[in-house]
Amino acid sequence: MSEVVRKFTRRVPEWRPRVAPVKLEEASEAQLDALSVTPSNTKVSDYVLTLAHDVESLKVRSPLFNAIMYDKGGMSRAEREIGAIGASMVNRCIFCAAVHAMRHAQLTNSTEVTDKLFHDGHAAELSGRDRAIFDFAIALSEAPPGAGADHVKALRDAGLDEAEILDLILSTALFGWANRLMHVLGDPTRPVNAEA
Amino acid sequence: MNENDTTLSLAGIAGTGPLADAVASRSNIFEMTRAAEAAVLRPREAGRWPHELRAALAARIAKLNGAGDLAGRYAAAAGDYAPVADPACDGSNDGLGPVLAFMDKVAARTRDVAATDIAALQDAGIEDADIVRLCELNAFLAYQLRLIAGLRLMAGGQP
Repeated sequence: MSEVVRKFTRRVPEWRPRVAPVKLEEASEAQLDALSVTPSNTKVSDYVLTLAHDVESLKVRSPLFNAIMYDKGGMSRAEREIGAIGASMVNRCIFCAAVHAMRHAQLTNSTEVTDKLFHDGHAAELSGRDRAIFDFAIALSEAPPGAGADHVKALRDAGLDEAEILDLILSTALFGWANRLMHVLGDPTRPVNAEA
Repeated sequence: MNENDTTLSLAGIAGTGPLADAVASRSNIFEMTRAAEAAVLRPREAGRWPHELRAALAARIAKLNGAGDLAGRYAAAAGDYAPVADPACDGSNDGLGPVLAFMDKVAARTRDVAATDIAALQDAGIEDADIVRLCELNAFLAYQLRLIAGLRLMAGGQP
């Protein structure tokens, strides 16, 4: 038995699809081809097998995701993760928030920022630069997007250059996408009796 | 700038300058964004959702998010489904009631989406593959309209 996780956490939950994933043994050639470009090609996750229902989207999504989050130059990887976390907090995608909070903690060798974000939400005490990044990510993720000129000015005042701001827009917008798959198509779960 | 590129043409990126340079340095990402747009708006295997309906749904999502010109661009390809692009249309005349209710919620109240919302589509006879297709369309639009809004802010205009 497992239960749905409802609070933000850095401990990555399992993910239980709300629709039936594609069965690997029944996958078409196009599906198998698209599945091979995902990062986890040894054991294909239920999430990726779910997305394999729309093989054309899956095929373009994985390389786009990797480019936005990992390509060299521009914003640091850790700061891109703050864009992902901000979006995931607005959309309450517990799973995405956990994965990217964990990555942020690994990349910075510190749980301080994500502890504060999950504990205090928007009121979290952050450095000036992280504050500007997080506030922008939150505002851009609202529906309709609420980011304005003041948010961009705050980013520039905090020292971000144009390439970094573009990367922040990309990572935040990308999680507007990812959240609407992960949070909509499945539930974050944890085995019952597992440590809270 | 490529007039065929929805994202960049609507964002109004100028030909030169620091912003144009930043965009050029991520040209692979904008190239893949174009490919993703084609995959959700004009896929070869469209399932239950023909291209014109997809365009109408994209226009509707853009409108719900205050992105009027992106909505206009997609609405132009909506054909007979053009009325669906209006968020005031509830879809009951086209048998699209559950679909539009779902799409609106995913687009604008994402955090409130629950298992019951997926079950409602399944109860309406929509297959799982077609549910995933709806989510991918919605999710891509969420990305694209925020990318355009962000680029416009960088360019110094209104989002």
